[in-house]
Amino acid sequence: MAKELVEFRNLETHFKTSAGTVKAVNDVSFSIREGETLCVVGESGCGKSVTAMSLMQLIESPPGKIVGGEIIFEGKDLLKLSKKDMSRLRGNEIAMIFQEPMSSLNPVFTIGKQITEPLLYHLGMTQKEAKARAIELITMVGIPRPEKIYDSYPHELSGGMRQRIMIAIALSCNPKLLIADEPTTALDVTIQAQILDLMRDIKGKMNTAIMMITHDLGVVAEMADFVVVMYAGKVIEEAPVLELFKNPQHPYTQGLLKAKPVINQRQERLYSIPGQVPNPVDLGDNCHFHDRCEFCMEICKAKTPPLRTHADGHKTACWLYEEEGKAQ
Amino acid sequence: MSESVVQLDKQQSGGSSQPLVRVDNLKKYFPITGGVFQRRVGDVKAVDGVSFAINRGESFGLVGESGCGKSTIGRTLLRLNDKTDGTVTFDGQDLHKLSKSDLRNMRTKMQIVFQDPFSSLNPRIKVGEAIGEALIDHGLASRKDVKNRVIETMKICGLAEYHYDRFPHEFSGGQRQRIGIARALIMNPEFIVADEPVSALDVSIQAQIINLLSDLQREKQLTYLFISHDLSVVEHLCNRVGVMYLGTMMEMAPTDELFSNPLHPYTKALMSAIPIPDPTLKRERIVLQGDIPSPANPPSGCKFHTRCPMAADICKQQVPEYRNVGNEHFVACHFA
Repeated sequence: MAKELVEFRNLETHFKTSAGTVKAVNDVSFSIREGETLCVVGESGCGKSVTAMSLMQLIESPPGKIVGGEIIFEGKDLLKLSKKDMSRLRGNEIAMIFQEPMSSLNPVFTIGKQITEPLLYHLGMTQKEAKARAIELITMVGIPRPEKIYDSYPHELSGGMRQRIMIAIALSCNPKLLIADEPTTALDVTIQAQILDLMRDIKGKMNTAIMMITHDLGVVAEMADFVVVMYAGKVIEEAPVLELFKNPQHPYTQGLLKAKPVINQRQERLYSIPGQVPNPVDLGDNCHFHDRCEFCMEICKAKTPPLRTHADGHKTACWLYEEEGKAQ
Repeated sequence: MSESVVQLDKQQSGGSSQPLVRVDNLKKYFPITGGVFQRRVGDVKAVDGVSFAINRGESFGLVGESGCGKSTIGRTLLRLNDKTDGTVTFDGQDLHKLSKSDLRNMRTKMQIVFQDPFSSLNPRIKVGEAIGEALIDHGLASRKDVKNRVIETMKICGLAEYHYDRFPHEFSGGQRQRIGIARALIMNPEFIVADEPVSALDVSIQAQIINLLSDLQREKQLTYLFISHDLSVVEHLCNRVGVMYLGTMMEMAPTDELFSNPLHPYTKALMSAIPIPDPTLKRERIVLQGDIPSPANPPSGCKFHTRCPMAADICKQQVPEYRNVGNEHFVACHFA
């Protein structure tokens, strides 16, 4: 198995709101190995984006704050780095692309200026070298006429092209880790297929590890090597992709897989998970899924289930698989 | 195009019962003015000659990517937009010819549910009042009855009585969509246009809303125009599906027929582009090259030819005929 690149250890990121403390990331631990694509899945508000933003240390503070845990990247705890060291890392060794490519590109600068910025800043290239490299990058992400695009502004490009440019910027410094936060959610399916192809291609060529955040299990099945499922700020299940889809253990994961309508598998009625995601303010010490779970037991309401390995590389946080739970 | 409507009629009306909604060669152009040149530059041909009919009790799906005109059809069909050309017949009457007061009366029979229920609710109005507003406006119930009707409708849509006095921000996305559905439903409509009603929702909530929509249809014999970009949702909910591209209907067929036997290369590409949640699956995927062309300046001939893997010379020159190939399956492609 490849070496670990990033390790989240008991990460806790909280947000102070007028209603109370939101534990957006609540004791989250998992790791990403070199050259691996890891998908974090979950519904809105489950903490998947906050986990990524904590890694980048882009949590707005206040209201947010990383209150505990460690994020180990190549042996260093990122949370202990100075601001200056962190910004040297950001965009260089760890790069990120976002859901909405329009709002992450600056509308008043040309594409060329935005691609060359990290090259000049992080790699200390000259303007001329940077331009040559930028045109190479634009070609690499599959955009024709790179010289023309170099001098264009973001509004002149389509959504799919903008996302390609974002990927080009992210890859400009050969990062070891690429974080992709819902990179295709705002795109049409045919464009999504292109972008996913591109990302797979790049991973093959550059051996970049990808942490991909998505809510779409279809995208997970296509892209992931390893999957982490989050619910209400906690990791509730993690496994290699084949294992997770073949043998989902947590009732929430099972429900998610059943609830998604799949093309050419028409059902009379869709399975739906009853209820809704709990209010994230002041969640108690229990399984946060208990009030939606059809297997709910007494212990689920009283105690948080530990995330434990139950099969090879497959961890689940559910009392159904614990001795205490089986006793009931 | 009109020929195909005649065929449509024969096929779908099945004798005396006429379809509830008939769209005949509908066109909707939006003028482009200003820009760099500060003058009228041309038209965005959002909907460019589309014809279809929806029978009573049927749920008709319109799919396509952004900018294909599916939402514009929904809005023009309800006369929330004016048309550029063509006709929309609802229950035998030409909607775009109705007087203001006739249209107002007709509006109670047709309702719309939007994608983002939050931006369609007034944040300062209690949801109970928002749901009952139209009833009072149309004088369909006295103020006293309204509250009971609202609560009854809220319960049908899976909301509780105590939600009546709450404000939109106190609800989750799925609940807000239930409010949007309740608001449409309280008018006892015959026809509902659902414009991407589940696209903004999480998977587990999406399934709840899809089930609610299909239950309501069965119980109240509703007719739906279901607009979505998600083929798998449409397959689940609709009896017939039309696939649009750049303002034109590319293919239309009963759901089972379309999904088992897609004929248009665009439909095939759309289907193969959807990621399937099964990592063991190895599929031959058709990845379309390039972007969707601008509807202000659509390609000549078949609008899809710039991205079509099968495109030949004829596709650049000639608009393919939209024709019936049997089994109520219509397609506009030279090679289908």
